[in-house]
Amino acid sequence: MKRFALPLIAFAVLVAFLAVGLTLDPRDVPSPLIGKPAPDFTLRQLDDPTKHFASADMKGRVWLLNVWASWCVSCREEHPVLVEFAKTGRVPIIGLDYKDQDADGKAWLTSLGNPYTLVAVDSDGRVGIDFGVYGVPETYVIDKLGIIRMKHTGPVTPDALARKILPLIESLSR
Amino acid sequence: MKFCRAVFFLLLLVSGVMPAFSGEAVPLAADEAVEKRMLFISEELRCLVCQNENLAASRADLANDLRREIRSLIAAGKTDQEILDFMVARYGDFVRYRPPVKPTTWLLWGGPFLLMAGGLVTLVWLLRRRRHRVAAPELSDDQRVLAASLLDKTD
Repeated sequence: MKRFALPLIAFAVLVAFLAVGLTLDPRDVPSPLIGKPAPDFTLRQLDDPTKHFASADMKGRVWLLNVWASWCVSCREEHPVLVEFAKTGRVPIIGLDYKDQDADGKAWLTSLGNPYTLVAVDSDGRVGIDFGVYGVPETYVIDKLGIIRMKHTGPVTPDALARKILPLIESLSR
Repeated sequence: MKFCRAVFFLLLLVSGVMPAFSGEAVPLAADEAVEKRMLFISEELRCLVCQNENLAASRADLANDLRREIRSLIAAGKTDQEILDFMVARYGDFVRYRPPVKPTTWLLWGGPFLLMAGGLVTLVWLLRRRRHRVAAPELSDDQRVLAASLLDKTD
C-alpha cells in the first residue's frame, strides 16, 4: 500500500492544479490601468457627428464606459442587461462604439434599445488601444476623479452587475 | 506656336503628376527599415486575442491595429523600449513574451529550474535506493555449481 502513496499524492496535487486551472479564465488578463487615470479622449458622437464627447466632461461623476460593437456577438448577450440597468439611472453609461460602421451601430441601437447616455465613435480603435481593449465587450468603472476602478472583460451578466459592479458604484458614489 | 508648346508641356507636367495623385495611399509598410523594426518588436509581444501567437504572426484585427500603432510610434521616433513600455502600460506584463523579473513573475522564471532540481533530487534518491535493493545476491556453493552447469549447457 505504501508504494502507491507517493504517486497517489502526486496525482492528487496534479488534479488539484488542473481543477483550479479549469476555473480560471485565460481571457481575463489583469489590466494595468486599474487605479490609474482613465486615458483622456475626445471623439465624435454616434447620433450627431457634429457633437463631440470628451472624457474630461465626466469629471466629478462616477460613470461606466462600455466598449461595444454591432459586429460583436457577446455584446448581444449583455445588451439587455445594460438596457435594464440603464432604466435605474444609477450612473451614466457611455458607449464606445469600437471599430464599427456608424450605420450598423445606429441600426443595432434602434432594434435592441439604447442604454447609453451617449455613444462615442472609435472607428479606428485608437482609443480602444489606449484603454487596453482586447476583447469586446469590455466595461470600465471610472470614479469621480477619473480613475479606472474596475474593468470587466466579456459580457456584463446580471450576476457580475449585482455582485461586483453595483457595490463598487455604491461605494464610489458616496 | 508658343502657346501650343506651353499647353503641351503643361499636359506633360500634369500627366506626370497625376499618377502620383491617383495612386492609393502609400502604406507605412513601404518603409523597409520601419517594417523590420516593427517585426522585431512585435515578435516580442503577445497577441491578446489569440494569446499563443505573437503580434508579428497574428492575423487578428487587434494585432493589425497594434502593428499599425507600432509603425506610427517608430515613425514618431520612439525607441524600442519606449514602444514596449507603451504596450505594457495598456495590456500589462502579459503582453510581453519575456516579462520582467519581479516578485509576481519569480515563479514563472524560476519554476522550470525548481522542477528540474526537484526531478534531479528524486532521481538521485531513487537510484541510491535501487543500489541497495539490487545488491549482488549471495549464492551458496550448491547454487554456484548449479548456475555454472546451466551456463555450460547453453554453450
